[in-house]
Parts: sequence; structure tokens; C-alpha cells
Amino acid sequence: MSLSKNSGPHTVSDRLAHNALRHFSERLIEMLLFAAAAVSVLTTVGIVYVLVSESIHFFQNVPLVDFLTDTQWTPLFDDAHFGIMVLVSGTLVSSAVALLVAIPMGTTIAIYLSEFSNPRVREIAKPVLELLGGIPTIVFGYFALLMVTPLLQKIFPELPGFSLLSAGLVMGIMIVPYIASLSEDAMRAVPMSLREGSYAMGSTRLHTAIHVVVPAAFSGLAASYILAISRAVGETMILAVAAGMQPNLTWNPMEPAATITSYIVQVALGDLPHGSLGYQTIFAAGLTLILITLAFNILGQWLRRKFRENY
Amino acid sequence: MQVHDHPALKAEARDLSFFYGEAKALKHINMPIYDKKVTALIGPSGCGKSTYLRSFNRMHDLYPGNRYEGEIRFFPDNTNLLSPDVDPIEVRMRVGMVFQKPNPFPKSIYENVAYGLRVRGENNKRVLDDKVEQALRGGALWDEVKDRLHDLASNLSGGQQQRLCIARALATDPELLLFDEPTSALDPIATGAIEELVHELKKRVTILIVTHNMQQAARVSDYTAYMYLGEMIEFGKTDEIFIKPNDKRTEDYITGRMG
Ligand SMILES: Nc1ncnc2c1ncn2[C@@H]1O[C@H](COP(=O)(O)OP(=O)(O)OP(=O)(O)O)[C@@H](O)[C@H]1O
Ligand SMILES: [Mg+2]
Repeated sequence: MSLSKNSGPHTVSDRLAHNALRHFSERLIEMLLFAAAAVSVLTTVGIVYVLVSESIHFFQNVPLVDFLTDTQWTPLFDDAHFGIMVLVSGTLVSSAVALLVAIPMGTTIAIYLSEFSNPRVREIAKPVLELLGGIPTIVFGYFALLMVTPLLQKIFPELPGFSLLSAGLVMGIMIVPYIASLSEDAMRAVPMSLREGSYAMGSTRLHTAIHVVVPAAFSGLAASYILAISRAVGETMILAVAAGMQPNLTWNPMEPAATITSYIVQVALGDLPHGSLGYQTIFAAGLTLILITLAFNILGQWLRRKFRENY
Repeated sequence: MQVHDHPALKAEARDLSFFYGEAKALKHINMPIYDKKVTALIGPSGCGKSTYLRSFNRMHDLYPGNRYEGEIRFFPDNTNLLSPDVDPIEVRMRVGMVFQKPNPFPKSIYENVAYGLRVRGENNKRVLDDKVEQALRGGALWDEVKDRLHDLASNLSGGQQQRLCIARALATDPELLLFDEPTSALDPIATGAIEELVHELKKRVTILIVTHNMQQAARVSDYTAYMYLGEMIEFGKTDEIFIKPNDKRTEDYITGRMG
């Protein structure tokens, strides 16, 4: 019938051509997207490859057990020791101080902005917060060294000029905007119907925020905390400027200490011969840093899965 | 109203108007709500049923720019629920609500039901256990969940979640329970269970229910109000409204819907 007329050879080939063209352009776009994704994956793979291959040389000279258990880090001395825990302790202590500041402050700000502030306040506060997140970290570093440390010394007179405490506090302030902004997004994504359900039970705003909104947004909050941890563990300039760079195995924030990152800048800026053991420590330290970050990310993924949005 | 055959009043809207900013969504509504009866609100979409219902627990206070005029009297104490002197939280302590879409909190079944009690400062485990069980029985859910009280509420089916929301509202012994199309997201079997429940509940609590389903209104309610464009067109006993409505508009709506 009319069907046979329409499906004459001319029509068919036309449609086929059209399809082929569309097919081709789709394939092209697909390939471009794939290439873009591949570049970033390959970069990561490349970084890990360099880190691992250089670290292998390092571990051929230094046993892994010594690396993990030695209590001294003196790679450039004649009597060289390679106890990474010395640097790890500085990294973990400064990060812990930072998170103790950033998580409560960031979460409180997020709760305020999402649940209490009127829209006008939020419109002003959010860009200001984001501006704070854009300040170069070297500025924060000198802020710690020249303002916060002297201030802290008024409270703790025995505090040295360089300390993990001062650097950690300022690092915490630096991270607050990230947590506040991401957590606020997560809480605002909680559907209004949940809040209405809570208010309808006679609940107050604060009770609703704490008992309904925060648990509902928890996976988003956890994601923001994990990002904050990664930022803290990887932060370099603030620590290089304000925490002192001498390796020091300590869990006391009132002391100066080097961190993994500040050690890396310090050594990378010096003129170590390529291929020397001292040069290879950079890669071993870098690998350690990546593994720490990776561990926290896995923890974060696990938390997200455990507390995924259930609204 | 001259009523000898009517039961006691639980609440009464008196010349109630409501504004979303400048838009007048309710126009001079007068309507009684009888004690321990089910009153159904029907009317075409957008006529103001939800707006009216949400005035009873001051839900509109959550959003800026909303304004009430007139009164909703609440008995036996003759309080004006809409008075600026009355704290909306106090109102919500006495008036419970069940929403169109089940909205369980991201907590366990037990904690969902205990929520309102905890809001009211109850933390005694004995008392909570007891009231949670009672409320879940009241919501016809106890037998299905008694072995998994500490599972997440979101693992329940839609119909179970809605009954959980009813149990949650019941736990605090409200005097008036508001339902906004509680079955529109449910299948016929779950709907049947909720309707039965409403029927059961009116022994202890006054119910105001919005529904789009004429048969449902006819099945569950004692009184029916027909709303149109923000106005209360007709109010009366459900049998009378459905058999011989006085207003032409009510008749058109009912017959149109019933096919
Ligand atoms: N938040 C709001 N702001 C402004 N206008 C609103 C708001 N909510 C509802 N309205 C308007 O008020 C009127 C009544 O709405 P309402 O939701 O009460 O209708 P309804 O009868 O419940 O309808 P439905 O059966 O579709 O749920 C409608 O015209 C609607 O557009
Ligand atoms: Mg509605």
C-alpha cells in the first residue's frame, strides 16, 4: 500500500545517508569526550608511575621496615635516617588541628546559611566565603606567622615562633569555606517536604536542622569533610612558612615540625643531584602522601555509600 | 449553626481568607469541623484545598509573605489558631498532618514514630517503647514492622511509609489530624488500607482530609465540603452532598468526576 511507495530505493538510501552522517558525528563527539577523559586518567597514571618507579629505587636502598619504624628523618646527613613517621606525624597533627577548626565552623556556617539566614544574607555571605577560598595560601601562611602566632603567644607564652598549632589553625580557617559551601549545597538539596514533616510535628528550626536536615544530607557533609581532609593533608605553603621545617617526630601541636609537603618543597628547591638517594626521598614521601589521601578517599566513599541520601 | 443533630464542634473557620503575597487563595471561608468526624475537602485542582488545610497547622508561617485574615476557632478552649499571639509550634502540638507523598525522616522506623515525643521532651525509654508500639498499632503497621523497628524507614514500601507517617502523627495524640491527598501516591490495596485506617481513627481523633477521589470522599467521610476558586461553595453531610447537592457547581463537579 502506501508503505511500499514510501520505502522506495530513493527514500531508503537518503535516510541511510542521513543516519550514517549522524552516526559519524556522534562517534566523533564520543571520541573527543573519551580523549578528554583519557588525558586526565593518563596524567594520574603517569604521576603514579613516576612516583612508584622512583620509589622502587629508593626502597632498594632503604628497607621498608626502616622507612616505617625509624624515628628520625635525616636523609641529607652523613648518618642518614629515613623514618617517614617523622613527617607523617607533622602532617597528621597539623591536619587534625585544621579539621578541629574547620569541621565545626564550616558545618555551623552551612546550617546557618541553609536553615536560618534570610536569602539576602545568604546572597552576600556565599560570595564572600568563596572569595576567602580564593586567597593564595602563601598569604594565609604569612598571616599565620605574623599575626596568629604572636596572638597565640600572648595566651601560651612558651609557644615557639613556628608551630603546627598556628599553621593548623590558619589552615582550618582556609578550609572553612570549602566545607561551608559544599555542606550548604548538600543541606539545601534536602527536600522541603522533609522539613515540613518535621515542623508539622511541632519541631523547632534548630531541632529540625539537627535531627532531620543534617542526617538527610549526611553523605554530602561527609564528602565535604573528605575534601577538607585532602586539602589539609596536601596543603604546603602555610606549613612551609609557619610550622618550621625541621623534621620532628611529635604529636604535640605546640611544637614546630616538618610535614611531608613542606619537606618536599624544601628538598625540591635545593640542588640535589638527580638520582641520588636524597632526591629519591621526594618520591617516597610523595607516594606516602598519595596513599594517605587515597585512604581517606576510600573512607569517604564508604561513608557515602553507608549514608547515601535516603529521602 | 442551628444544629441539634450535629455533634460538637472541634474547629470552625470564620471568615477565613488567605493570601500568598498579593494573591488571594482563600476567600471568606466559613465552615465547621465536627468532633470525631471525618470531613472531606473536594474540588478541582488549584481551588485551595491544600491552602485551606495547611492553615489549620499554620504551615504557611514557614514561608515569608503569607497572610491570614479571619479566624480558625479551636474547641473546647475556643482558641483562635491564627492569632499572632498563638505560637505555631503550640498549634502543631495539637494538630497533626499527613502529607501527599510519604516523607519519613532518614531514621529508623522506631525513631520516626518517637520523633514527635522526643520533640515534646519525652526521653524515657519505657514510655517511648510503649507509645511507639501503640502508635504503630494505631497506624495498622505494627505486625509488619515489629521485628525490624530499627531498620531505616526508607526501606519500607510506599504504602507502609505512609502508614508510618500516620503512626508518627498519631504518637503524639493530636486532636485534629490533617490529611492532604494521603493516597494519591499509592496503589489500590495500600489505598484501601489507609481508608480503613481513617475509618478506625475517627473514634479517637477529628479528621480533615483532602481528596481528588470522589469515591474515596464518599467512602470515608461523614461531611464533605466542595471548594471552587478559593471559595467554600457547599458544605454538608456526605450523603446529602453526593445525593442531592444544592449548588449546580457541586453537582457538575461530582457527576463529572463520577462519570
Ligand atoms: N506557595 C504558593 N505561592 C503562590 N501561590 C500559591 C502557592 N501555593 C499555591 N498557590 C496558589 O494557590 C491556589 C490554591 O492552591 P492549592 O495548592 O491550595 O490548591 P489545591 O486545591 O490543593 O490543588 P491540588 O488539588 O492540585 O492540590 C492555586 O491557584 C495555586 O496556584
Ligand atoms: Mg493540594
